[in-house]
Amino acid sequence: MNATKPLPAGPVREVAGRGLPMPGSDIDTDRIIPARFLRAVRFEGLEAHVFEDDRRREQAAGRVHPFDRQEHQGAAVLVVNGNFGCGSSREHAPQALLRWGIRAIVGESYSEIFFGNAVALGLPCVSVAPEDASWLQALVAGDPAATLMLDLETMSVEACGRRAAASLPPGARDAFLTGAWDATGLLLEDPAAVEAVARRLPYVAGF
Amino acid sequence: MGCTLLRKVWDRHTVRRLPTGQTQLFIGLHLVHEVTSPQAFDALRARGWPVRFPHRTFATVDHIAPTRDITRPFADLLAEEMMAALERNCRDFGIPLWPLGDARQGIVHVIGPELGLTQPGMTNACGDSHTSTHGAFGAVGFGIGTSQVRDVLASQCLALDPLVVRRIRVTGTLAPGVYAKDVILAIIGRLGVKGGVGYAYEYAGPVVERMTMEERLTICNMSIEGGARVGYVNPDETTFAYLRGRPFAPAGDAFDRAAAWWREQASDPDAAYDDEVELDGSALEPVVTWGVHPGQSVGVGGRIPAPGEVPDAERDATREALEFMGFEAGAPIRGTRIDVAFIGSCTNGRLSDLREAARVVAGQRLATHVRGLVVPGSQAVREAAEREGLHDTFLAAGFEWRGAGCSMCLGMNPDKLQGREVSASSSNRNFRGRQGSPTGRTLLMSPAMVAAAAVAGEVVDVRQVLAGASAR
Repeated sequence: MNATKPLPAGPVREVAGRGLPMPGSDIDTDRIIPARFLRAVRFEGLEAHVFEDDRRREQAAGRVHPFDRQEHQGAAVLVVNGNFGCGSSREHAPQALLRWGIRAIVGESYSEIFFGNAVALGLPCVSVAPEDASWLQALVAGDPAATLMLDLETMSVEACGRRAAASLPPGARDAFLTGAWDATGLLLEDPAAVEAVARRLPYVAGF
Repeated sequence: MGCTLLRKVWDRHTVRRLPTGQTQLFIGLHLVHEVTSPQAFDALRARGWPVRFPHRTFATVDHIAPTRDITRPFADLLAEEMMAALERNCRDFGIPLWPLGDARQGIVHVIGPELGLTQPGMTNACGDSHTSTHGAFGAVGFGIGTSQVRDVLASQCLALDPLVVRRIRVTGTLAPGVYAKDVILAIIGRLGVKGGVGYAYEYAGPVVERMTMEERLTICNMSIEGGARVGYVNPDETTFAYLRGRPFAPAGDAFDRAAAWWREQASDPDAAYDDEVELDGSALEPVVTWGVHPGQSVGVGGRIPAPGEVPDAERDATREALEFMGFEAGAPIRGTRIDVAFIGSCTNGRLSDLREAARVVAGQRLATHVRGLVVPGSQAVREAAEREGLHDTFLAAGFEWRGAGCSMCLGMNPDKLQGREVSASSSNRNFRGRQGSPTGRTLLMSPAMVAAAAVAGEVVDVRQVLAGASAR
């Protein structure tokens, strides 16, 4: 856990750090942060409960969850498989990962809502081919000290001299590169245009 | 070439193209609840921003709502803190709030429709993934997280990438005992839990066209479980008839003007779709999930699959799911013993759901080892059910009759599974730990199937129960 790492601010062009493998498809946000930890009015402290129930179950089965492995403490790049973050729209899931120290996610695919929440926090979730997700997971499991380098300019992930092509929807990529991932500022730029749309929608005035 | 409803609504709500290439989309209706909003209101406060369109914003309490004792302060102090924060935020920012005890309180996705807030051709947003529910009216609903709740509060807009549309036509006729829940579980079973990512699902075909609004709400509700953030049904006479006379629906001449506009929002007959799928509704049987996501399901006459029988890509997930559930590959799903029966949620907590469940349990008793809970989706559903005497039927059968809220769908209030309990549930997610116990297990099915399982103490085929009841 690295609660002292500053949260993202401004443009996100690259993320470099050690990797953490989180294998398995369809990892839902109830697993990432169980609902009982949503019973709060702040996000602070969520990092302590990332994957809490999965971690306990692994422990009970005599196994060690990736988030509990000593060698992965301080990791910054989570390596996942398909449909990561499906289910509940709770932003608490990317918040918990971010506050734990994760600064980028590399994997096959993401649920749309999770992806949007992560963009809004400055946490890039890039897609790579399934075979690339596999070797990256194998690499970081076998060599936890290896540095993964995600470059959003060249859209690639590099580790140990090997390179994988990464992809992001162009809007999200642009938002990271320009620092406009916190969309509120953009959405407030043109209030007259918002008014105009509201005026031409008949339901807003009750027909 | 004609246009889909999604495209029409998208274009009519587009404010501008953002420098990032995303679309700035106007949101017509924002529903707010206690769990995903406090940090958003704090962000507005920190920057001195008002809520941009408070008259398009409505709040209620559902996720943490105690369903037994709603006396304030709540016995649960965390729930009390969240409730107090919502009250303060709504007061400070001028947003109407329907608190516990109010006749209009309930699950956001139940009250939006029943109050007539949700209307065709509208965009909706809510800090909850089941916002797809509102698509039943031909609205386009987006489930969002807290940062986007902040965006909508501050600007009434979202920054979004466009979606493509898959039309899913359900043909034929559903057999008695087969419900909207079975249709959507079958769709997810076929297309997968990530099959809908990037798509809006348009549900169509004779089965959907004949459905009531409450059935359409059930289908659209679970779009997100199939990966589709948005799901919708084209508005038609059923939609307009449902809306007429609702508190927030237009009245008099305005209703006729509205209906004319609503009709125009439907997909054109010659609209082009990015993908089309057809499902034979006549072939469907009641569906039950056996695993840890809503795509892991079988017909009630089927068997739990073995890892060797599924496609390679699903093998590990199947093995893991079987291990978590403690189920044996190859075992029939029928006969699976249950401990808890939960009837409720934004998927199946409406009046017609309670009626179908009550029809099954009438004159019966819960199996002695089963704990049964009926949690109406809203206070209005509860009152309507009581006027019909449904609560008497449930109470006589041994069910608990509770107040409105999300309850055991996600266990954020005191209603939770205990330990390894197996729940037959009319809710939407069978994820590990979803119903409040980290090791608890959930079998998703229709409310009538839950009722039948509650009486039998194990999974049974509600079609046989209904056939037996009509023979008696």
